[in-house]
Amino acid sequence: MNLSELNPWILTLTTFLPALGALLIACLPRRDRDIRWFAMAISVITLLLSLHLPFHYGDVPLAGSGTFAYEQNLRWVTSPNIHYHIGIDGISLWLVVLTTFLVPFCVLASWKSIRDRVKEFFILLLVLETAMIGVFIALDLFLFYFFWEATLIPMALIIGIFGHQRRVYAAVKFFLYTMIASVFMLAAIIWLYAQSGTFDFTELQHLIATGAIALPGQTALWLFLGFFVAFAVKVPLFPLHTWLPDAHVEAPTAGSVLLAGVLLKMGTYGLLRFNIGLFPAEAHRNAPWIITLAIIGIVYGALVALVQPNMKKMIAYSSVSHLGFVVLGIYSFTQAGMTGAVYQMLNHGISTGALFLLLGMVYDRRHTYEIKDYGGLATPMPVYATLFLLITLSSIGLPLMNGFVGEFLVLSGAFQAKALYGIIAASGVIWSAFYMLWLYQRIFYGTISPVNATLPDANLRERCILWPLAALALVMGVFPSFWMNSIDASVAGILGAQHGAASAQTLQVTVNTVHK
Amino acid sequence: MPTAADYIRILPEIVLSVWGIIVMFVEPILPEGRSRKGLGIFSAFGALAAIAATAYQAQPQFAGFGFGNMLHVDHFSIFFHLVVLLVALATILMSLDYLPFQKIDHGEYYALILLGSVGMCLMSSAVELVLIFVALEISSIASYILAGFRRHAAESAESSMKYFLLGSFATAFFLYGVALLYGATGSTNVFDIAAKLSGATRIEPLAYVAVALIFTGLGFKVACAPFHIWTPDVYEGAPSPVVAFMSTAPKAAAFAVLIRLVIDTASPNWFWVIWTAAVLSMCVGNLGAILQSNVKRMLAYSSIAHAGYLMVAFASASNRELGISAAMFYSAAYAAMNVGAFAVITQMSGSGERYSQIDDYSGLGKRSPMLAAALTFFLLSLIGIPITGGFFAKFYVFSAALRTHLIWLTIIGVANSGMGSYYYLRLIVRMYMYEPRTEAPAPKVGFGIAMAIAISLIATLWLGVLPNAVLHYTQAAPTILASH
Repeated sequence: MNLSELNPWILTLTTFLPALGALLIACLPRRDRDIRWFAMAISVITLLLSLHLPFHYGDVPLAGSGTFAYEQNLRWVTSPNIHYHIGIDGISLWLVVLTTFLVPFCVLASWKSIRDRVKEFFILLLVLETAMIGVFIALDLFLFYFFWEATLIPMALIIGIFGHQRRVYAAVKFFLYTMIASVFMLAAIIWLYAQSGTFDFTELQHLIATGAIALPGQTALWLFLGFFVAFAVKVPLFPLHTWLPDAHVEAPTAGSVLLAGVLLKMGTYGLLRFNIGLFPAEAHRNAPWIITLAIIGIVYGALVALVQPNMKKMIAYSSVSHLGFVVLGIYSFTQAGMTGAVYQMLNHGISTGALFLLLGMVYDRRHTYEIKDYGGLATPMPVYATLFLLITLSSIGLPLMNGFVGEFLVLSGAFQAKALYGIIAASGVIWSAFYMLWLYQRIFYGTISPVNATLPDANLRERCILWPLAALALVMGVFPSFWMNSIDASVAGILGAQHGAASAQTLQVTVNTVHK
Repeated sequence: MPTAADYIRILPEIVLSVWGIIVMFVEPILPEGRSRKGLGIFSAFGALAAIAATAYQAQPQFAGFGFGNMLHVDHFSIFFHLVVLLVALATILMSLDYLPFQKIDHGEYYALILLGSVGMCLMSSAVELVLIFVALEISSIASYILAGFRRHAAESAESSMKYFLLGSFATAFFLYGVALLYGATGSTNVFDIAAKLSGATRIEPLAYVAVALIFTGLGFKVACAPFHIWTPDVYEGAPSPVVAFMSTAPKAAAFAVLIRLVIDTASPNWFWVIWTAAVLSMCVGNLGAILQSNVKRMLAYSSIAHAGYLMVAFASASNRELGISAAMFYSAAYAAMNVGAFAVITQMSGSGERYSQIDDYSGLGKRSPMLAAALTFFLLSLIGIPITGGFFAKFYVFSAALRTHLIWLTIIGVANSGMGSYYYLRLIVRMYMYEPRTEAPAPKVGFGIAMAIAISLIATLWLGVLPNAVLHYTQAAPTILASH
């Protein structure tokens, strides 16, 4: 059999392999060691499968809609008319790979720290992986909603069962926030279906663009808001962010990594794909206040992060700030801003994911996230300190690191949209350098207490986690073009659908500037 | 003269009756103290045989009227037959170990379930008011006795007594309604009544009173507000498997009657009656459930709320195909998930049903992961999370409501299902995120209960992943109901 015949199935395979693995784990006896290795194997195979996607992305002829690769469209339920319609473009492509890339590290990070109910933990983790990938590949609104909700339960359980002291409160808060917000999205989806008889994203996009679905009066605005609320809570956009610090602080390391690395991206991805994809006019009209919220989030998140005594909470608030950049980039409606936003999603996944992994490692040693309990760690843990610095620099966007490319593009997009946006948002970069470097100083320099003086340095398992992430942060900073090519094209497609010719030229200029 | 085909049209009822009578005969012959498990297994085969009979009856040549115009076999009746019979089967299976454990191991229990099912099956196929009444009584009387089956427990006796007294009143109301409807239309046949009511230029005031009375009677049976007061007390006291049975099967049957009698005959003014009942039931059910600390009471209020969601589907029955098929799908999905939840509760209850507080479920995820996982799945289905039957059920109901432009009802319904998720989640949180309590021991799962849970699980999952087959069946049903 020709391997290329598998092309239509590769996405399905990548998506459901983890779920299948979870099912098999459920049948395995409770031998924790075997279960860990098995989960590791499954997640690595999934990663390898998903790597097929970027390397053959250009090879496959685009079927159907013409925008999405590896497309597959099968009938699932006849009434309502639900299709199993999946496919990826240059944006979701990388988000899928980001997901599959982070999960093996989560498995590794949970190797020692999860001792109780290991079986349940890895089942939940793998089910979560399937759901997360599903969110990024679904092109049927119903299917999308299904995967969207499906991420909720395993994540809430991971926080609630394996988290820290106030885990139940955090899990319930996380669940209710997301659940209630997504009900609005469901209502909007059903409304669209009632009008058009289809859940298909590309069809709906076409129907709305051509005016075949009548959107009288304020209807378009309400639909836009229905989707927007669900995504804004997930992002989280100021002032809907209050669930995030609690969820992050209470979640186990793997939970925090996936929450920050992938789940938040589901929100920004949704804004980009569905809010702008389906309701471009409304998105343009509402951009000013959304950008305002995003900028408030950037500054507010950074300032609150600055004063946190708890490391994990600080990184959580820094996420609010970073994701503000992403939303700003998306709603700048410029090629540079949007491309930067997508790139920043990946960067944030890598750097914040890595930061949570790093914090998890000292937590495993000292069982505290309070900054005041640390200090002078550079002496007993030199390797750890070095890697922490690399990731810190990536997070604050030092040139040559990945964060720089994303932030630069977003800011240049913001300046193109309105100079004021760029000026205020740029201050966020300064704040982030402030709180991250201050954190670094307080943890790694200064006097060392006797308890900390004997801490062991990063062991082999931990180095296996950290080196690839740090290396990737560097590579993504030096050779962004590998990622940019496909992102560019898809962003141009989205923008092109908005107002004719996209400003591809502007992008070329900005990318060149970045390289210099 | 009845023909052979007439008998086939009541074949499931015949099978159930014969089986029930055999069980009744064998019971006194068996020596005192001897296990009645064999009788239970025999009864389970009875339910299976009745399912087979229903499948046989489903052939196209048997569709239509039977025994004059007494009953009508169609998609609609067969669908509800299957729901009732599957619930009966699951109930019998989950009682196999429960009865000896609670020291109430009597054979007539199984006979009552089988005979009660006769009434419920008949309710879904009867189109003659008097026959409907008789069927309703058969089903009710069996339920009254079953509710008091834990006769050593005072709360079970209380449960039975309350159910009986209030239930008798409700049936009396129903009977008045039937009489007045006959007075108003001059017929006791649903099809005739439908023709008369829809053709009439002026509807007699009597008909309005009749509909109100009939709705009162049936509203009691389906436990919709404001006729719901009995539900929590009765559910709390009755044996858990019986609650599984009577919160689903008689309810489904009563809904079938409601569809045939109130909606399908285009009874005057039904819309606002149903609308009000729907809103009240959803709000009262969900608010009440939030306040409960006893799992059975909580699910009792939840069943009131679900009756409300079903009423939403009824209210949108102005578009027959959508509303009625959504209602049918909902009753099947609700039966599957609620029976499953009560199967787990039966297993958890301990001797004398000691462990029925929410606190007793603390750490169940650790003590018995499989039971906790199953219960979680059923609860998620009751919330309406995708890949469970509960999701599509709610989806069909609310999209039917939207398509018939019942915007406010949809908003109230969606808000209610959001509110409802709180108390189901609270139980899930208890199971997984609290430390286990030592005095509630990890129960050992018997074969019967495992089968009952498996049946419910498969049904819930099937309705949630591949709803097509069931949906097509339900969509075919309304077109052959009375006024078509």
